[in-house]
Amino acid sequence: MAITELSHYQQAILLLASLIVLMSFLMLGQSRLLRLVFIFAVQGILLAITTALAADVLDSPHLYISALLTLTLKGIFIPIMLQRLILNMGLHRDMETLPNPARVMMGGTGLVVFSYYVCLPIVKLSPLITLNTIAISMAVVLLGMLLMITRRQAVAHVVGFMSIENGLFFAAVVSTYGMPMVVELGIAFDVLVAAVLFGVFFFHIRSSIDSLDVDQLNRLNEVEK
Amino acid sequence: MAWLLALLQTLLFIASAPLLAGWLKKVKCRLQNRRAPSLFQPYRDLRKLWRKEPIVAHPASWIFKAAPYIVLSTTVLAASIVPLIAVNLPTAKIADVVVLIGFFALGRFFLALAGMDIGTAFGGMGSSREMTVSALAEPAMLMAVFTLAMSASTTNLSVAMNYVLHTGLVLRPSFVFAMLGMMLVAVAETGRIPVDNPTTHLELTMIHEAMILEYSGRYLGMIEWASQIKLMLYGVLIVNIFFPWGIAQNFSLQALGFGALALTLKLAALTVVLGLSEVLFAKMRIFRVQEFLSFAYLLSLLGMLSHIILEVRH
Amino acid sequence: MALFFAYLSVVAALASGLAALAVDKSPGLGRFAHLLLRRWPKLQVRAAGVFSEAHYAEFHRNSLFVLLGISGVSAVLAGGGALFGGAVTTDTLPLGLPWLNWHIRFDALSGFFYLLIGLVLIAVSLYGPGYVREFEHGRHPLSVLGLFTGLFVAGMELVLLADDTFFFVIAWELMSVSSYFLVAFQHEHASNRRAAFLYLLMAVIGAMAIILAFGVLAGFSGGLTFDHYRTVKLTPVWASVAFVLALFGFGMKAGLVPLHAWLPEAHPVAPSHISALMSGVMLKVAVYGFIRFTFDLLDQVLWQWGGLVLVIGAASTLLGVLYAMMQHDIKRLLAYHSVENIGIIFIGLGLSLIYISEGQQQLGALALVAALLHSLNHALFKSLLFLGAGTIIHQTHEQNIEHLGGLIHRMPKLAVVFLIGTLSIAALPPFNGFVSEWLTFQAALQASGIGGGVLRSMVPTSASVLALAGALTATCFVKLYGVVFLGLPRTRRAATCHESVHRGMLAGPAWLAGLCVLLGVFPTPMIESLNVVTGQLLGVTLPGASALGWLWLTPVAPEVASYSASLVLVGILLTGWVCYQLLYRRGGLEARRADPWDCGFGGLNARMQYTATAFSMPIRRIFEPVFDVEETIEEKKSGPGNFQNTGLHYQLRVSDLAWPYLYAPVARVVTWLSRWVSRIQTGNIRTYIAYSFFTLLILLWGIS
Repeated sequence: MAITELSHYQQAILLLASLIVLMSFLMLGQSRLLRLVFIFAVQGILLAITTALAADVLDSPHLYISALLTLTLKGIFIPIMLQRLILNMGLHRDMETLPNPARVMMGGTGLVVFSYYVCLPIVKLSPLITLNTIAISMAVVLLGMLLMITRRQAVAHVVGFMSIENGLFFAAVVSTYGMPMVVELGIAFDVLVAAVLFGVFFFHIRSSIDSLDVDQLNRLNEVEK
Repeated sequence: MAWLLALLQTLLFIASAPLLAGWLKKVKCRLQNRRAPSLFQPYRDLRKLWRKEPIVAHPASWIFKAAPYIVLSTTVLAASIVPLIAVNLPTAKIADVVVLIGFFALGRFFLALAGMDIGTAFGGMGSSREMTVSALAEPAMLMAVFTLAMSASTTNLSVAMNYVLHTGLVLRPSFVFAMLGMMLVAVAETGRIPVDNPTTHLELTMIHEAMILEYSGRYLGMIEWASQIKLMLYGVLIVNIFFPWGIAQNFSLQALGFGALALTLKLAALTVVLGLSEVLFAKMRIFRVQEFLSFAYLLSLLGMLSHIILEVRH
Repeated sequence: MALFFAYLSVVAALASGLAALAVDKSPGLGRFAHLLLRRWPKLQVRAAGVFSEAHYAEFHRNSLFVLLGISGVSAVLAGGGALFGGAVTTDTLPLGLPWLNWHIRFDALSGFFYLLIGLVLIAVSLYGPGYVREFEHGRHPLSVLGLFTGLFVAGMELVLLADDTFFFVIAWELMSVSSYFLVAFQHEHASNRRAAFLYLLMAVIGAMAIILAFGVLAGFSGGLTFDHYRTVKLTPVWASVAFVLALFGFGMKAGLVPLHAWLPEAHPVAPSHISALMSGVMLKVAVYGFIRFTFDLLDQVLWQWGGLVLVIGAASTLLGVLYAMMQHDIKRLLAYHSVENIGIIFIGLGLSLIYISEGQQQLGALALVAALLHSLNHALFKSLLFLGAGTIIHQTHEQNIEHLGGLIHRMPKLAVVFLIGTLSIAALPPFNGFVSEWLTFQAALQASGIGGGVLRSMVPTSASVLALAGALTATCFVKLYGVVFLGLPRTRRAATCHESVHRGMLAGPAWLAGLCVLLGVFPTPMIESLNVVTGQLLGVTLPGASALGWLWLTPVAPEVASYSASLVLVGILLTGWVCYQLLYRRGGLEARRADPWDCGFGGLNARMQYTATAFSMPIRRIFEPVFDVEETIEEKKSGPGNFQNTGLHYQLRVSDLAWPYLYAPVARVVTWLSRWVSRIQTGNIRTYIAYSFFTLLILLWGIS
């Protein structure tokens, strides 16, 4: 469907989808951890608004509950937890600049084009109006993985992992009228537990090797050199 | 008849550019808790400059004296192409958006040559930095133009605005990104904070001002006026392409008056946004400007990609 | 009729070459003329005067270039005839192999490139006599220069006429080898010899690839003429093999990245009018070869080819201009810009291939027209810039722009002509470079017509690379013009040079400058004539190109995009005149001269100006991954504790990344392979006899 034929709610979903991808790109380029977590929170809030709009467009009221769940967990609770973790460990003063920002950004753009190319057969099959966004959700997943690859800070790894989950959730919302409620709640609590566990592990890692740089994790091996 | 109207619109454009500069100064002063000069002060400044005796350095050649005329002519010609109050004017056919970028490039080329003409370090530095910044801004600007042209299937400004008017209020992600990219490019090209400080007096922090350091008198007046028209041009481009509602589509007096009113309100709002960003942000050092402009390019590129992915029929 | 002029052009060029051999035969020629003109005493006296020692050199020099000029004029007439007539003439010459005579075909595409050659030849023939004078008293004989110039021009024109493989390859090799001798003309410097060797090596490798490409076609078609090739149908695999070989071969001659290494070495070394011919014309003959092969001889086109050409073209454009920005030798800088402009032409060709493969014939025609127009424009302004650079070097004997400055006051007329060339290459309206870049952008903008989304996103990305390269070109030429012509002179030679005495050295570039302005302000007639070319090659034309009349250019349709260069020029001049009248004539004060602003310190001299290295430093730092930069700073300290700096030595070397990453490894592999093979050559005579013995045994066994 060309965009001029859609209703305003559907256009708003497309607009929010593109803003979510923009948030993923902004996360790639951030050098400070607090700002990274803030952008992640914004991405979560945008995702919640998109889910609410999708609930209206696709006529499935249980998506409203999903939206509320996303807002509390991904938009408020997990970011606050991560922020307290960062402040407690004193990481808010660390700066990590990317060595090659241009190449990483070009790689990100290539991933967006690639996910479009891969999702093209699916988009051609389905009659659902908002299915163009499935390429966007796959791009968010891939960009989250790129974030995990290009970062040395462990907290950034957690944020990357969470944004992968954001992308998967988005894909589920737009392509299958949302996931079944039980699966939804299960995944949400899994993510919450994962976040708590990460927090515990960070304290352990830091007390072992005295830094949270994942490149230094190879100091943990037991083989004598 | 239409050509006469186009001429009148151009004259209105170039006559109200100093007014926009005065309004921007008022906004910035209010935000900084200072008392602003009157809205018509830029007119008085220009008139003072035109009356003064110009001083030309000894090593200067004819390029130094010809450059202000060329800069002003190209900017006025660019102003005649962009629809200000009314679309469907015949001057919009002379050149399209790509040629508009070419006009700015022509003016900037001669200004950079004039900067090198005197043979001092300041002029050379200003020319070098200005050409570098504009070279980095070009791909972002062109990609924003592409995004617009892919939706509207034209690069003619008048036809593009007609298309946007015709399709009504559509929330296009590509337009949102293109607008953001174009705003960042406009800040870089017109030499505002955070790329360049137009009111600095320290030569090592200048980009645009270092090129025109040696100009005085009517030459400086022409260049100042041309940069005010350029700022208004970018403002009108952003405002009229992305929010064209209110522009006159026929030439009746009522439509023209309504168009003028709508444009004034839109430009005033955009100037408030520009003033806010000038006051809130600090000037970046010169090698951070490339990150700024790469971000603008990324935005425009995302706009083009979201047009292909989200907005067209598959 | 057009074919007659084409032949005349070739014959005149050959005559110019042969006449060059008569450089010091003035006594013999004088006696011959005396004998011949017995019956006309007045003419006899005139001839005696001409062939005397004093005047012979000038007469000989002028006659060489008059013959070249005749060649140029007839080439223009031939090209014009083919373009406006639209007929395709074929012919067969009784030369060549007994069963394969030389076939000749003169159609609109050949005619267009003939026109290109002719226009540049006219300029070179006006410029030549004055420039070549300084070679007469040098160590190298003028006869060599003249002979190989004639052969070079004849070779290029024969390539355009060739309609069968044998003739094409012979003409191609004639062109390559004679230009080798021209590049190696000043062979006393080792670097010149090395550059010429590299040029010859890469020309030979390219020619082999071209022969292999034709070989693929010949293998499947069973004949050697181009007419055979036009009718053969290849499988996509073999067609791709032929295409890649042709792209490699023609691309190496045209100077596409990464096969461009010979260009910046060979072009600066040759005499300047030869550099103009090589850069302006020979590269276009390579483009002609590619167009002829892909658009005419191959029957169908795949989109992957278009994508490959587009990517290579975009890479050449960007890398060419970035390397050009770091050069400080005028001719090397211009040579790297040739790489960039060839990239722009190939971007247009790549777009055309993509559109044709998707079935959009008319958009393909638009992109092809943009590429052809840019070829013509580049030939004009690049030759203009090279001839101008030759004049600068001739008058100041400095090739490094850091030793020049302030030439606008010493050579005002050349400065104006060079400025027109600079404005054209920087693609600024209303000159001709802008028209072809605008057309390329318009062709790229029609990408919505393509089906595949990946291609549809690749096209705007390459267009934005083109925009970046265009803006960087403007930066580079601000640097070149600003450092060379403006400011204060940096050396004594720059301060004391003067305009060239020989008027031809100004007339040649001025002719090209006039053409640049003309093509920039009135582009529509040229584009209409290019319609004939696309009509013959692709079968479609651009019907709407002059829909609003000959003052407007509307390549696709009037409401899609329109450009009126003449109205733009009129608008700029009118507004400038109005401002001048209002601000100066009516009460404006006269400008007063004073010293420049020096912050109150005083004592500004020419060494305090911005240098060219400083001008390009931001670009060097921003695009650092592209260059191979070596920067060393040595400080000489003295005094107690070594606190006082008495001297500072700064050295910067920026070189092409292709050398360490591509050429050096290839050279290493070739050396290793040849050393391994050379083990056969042991130097022991018994081994050699053993080789013959074993070969004899094998042959005997084979026969039985």
